[in-house]
Amino acid sequence: MDTVFFYSSIYLSIIMAISLYRAVFGPTILDRLIGVNAIGSKTTALLVLIGLIYHRVDLFIDIALAYAMLNFIAVLAASRYFQKRKGLYDETPRD
Amino acid sequence: MNIVSTILLICGLLFFTGGAVGIIRMPDFYSRLHPAGKLDTMGILMTMTAVALYNLHDFSIGTVLSSLKIILIVAFLFITSPTATHAIVDAGVRAGLGPWTKEETKEENDLAT
Amino acid sequence: MVDREKQYSHQKQSQPESNQSSLKIPPTKKSRTPFLLTFFVAFATWIVLSGKFDLFHLTLGIISCLIVASFSGDLMLSDTRKKGLPYQWLLFIQYLPWLLYQVFLANIHVMYLVFHPKMMELIDPRIIRFKSRLNREMSHLIFANSITLTPGTITVFVSIYGDYAVHAIDEKCGQSLPGEMEKRVAKILGE
Repeated sequence: MDTVFFYSSIYLSIIMAISLYRAVFGPTILDRLIGVNAIGSKTTALLVLIGLIYHRVDLFIDIALAYAMLNFIAVLAASRYFQKRKGLYDETPRD
Repeated sequence: MNIVSTILLICGLLFFTGGAVGIIRMPDFYSRLHPAGKLDTMGILMTMTAVALYNLHDFSIGTVLSSLKIILIVAFLFITSPTATHAIVDAGVRAGLGPWTKEETKEENDLAT
Repeated sequence: MVDREKQYSHQKQSQPESNQSSLKIPPTKKSRTPFLLTFFVAFATWIVLSGKFDLFHLTLGIISCLIVASFSGDLMLSDTRKKGLPYQWLLFIQYLPWLLYQVFLANIHVMYLVFHPKMMELIDPRIIRFKSRLNREMSHLIFANSITLTPGTITVFVSIYGDYAVHAIDEKCGQSLPGEMEKRVAKILGE
């Protein structure tokens, strides 16, 4: 069962790398925010899986919970902050 | 129990894959939010259910509490994920970004109004 | 501190019988249901998160949950009207399986869209506006979050008068909108 969790963690990391494309090359700031949000929610799952691999689930679940809260607050604050900035939609549109 | 949790885990990973591919493929930022915010929520639900079931393997107070915490994570994400999605959409609307539409439907809408 | 806590817990015991009378400490006119509800939710979270059942940790939990509930009791549910709240929570729990089923169906639909090779011809994003007949804040909250959770639709804008703007990813998702979900939400909160 440990190998299953191990390979799903690796697969999850690959998916996070795919999402990272949007976070780095996103045409607007909000696209980057979407990428960051997606990576954050995948990290929450990844933390619990890491806990299962190391047989310390009870420890890692608390970290995952705190990470989920931090991710939510970060996305909320960033979207509140960037909506006041001009030049949000002046970047080159992607088709 | 192992088989059930493995199947659930693979379903969850499939949903995560859908979310990641959707973020790459969708044409504009409003439609990117559809896979981003919500396929991820479904993936979290699936994988966390799998982990909680696997965790109940040897039954004791500690594992029950760990599984309850995992369910708590899922409930928390089910409340916060729509809120975060709505915050991003709201920022886009206030910045004046128009949604991407197909040309012909746009003309139809113009004719209709 | 312990005396104070005993008084509170005594009041908590006698609360269900006398609903709006005999409030000695503190003299407020408001109903005390939000306070108790916040207290119980916070205390359940405390028990799950701490995982220790000895007297010391439980006492610490009761004290801090009382403080938190007295500060922020009216934040969680500002809109309390008649209609016993526990009954509504029961109805809300009945609503959850249906919501999960809808979320699952719609997720399958979005997965099909995402992996389809000709995705650009299938999707047809649009913004739909409609007026809802719900008139309580709580039901607006539940309804808007449910709309956002069923993929294919995202709530863009809600006003307190019930004007909704919803971004739908294709026509099929948008058509079913005010329909059954609104009826169910209205049934929960007794409108």
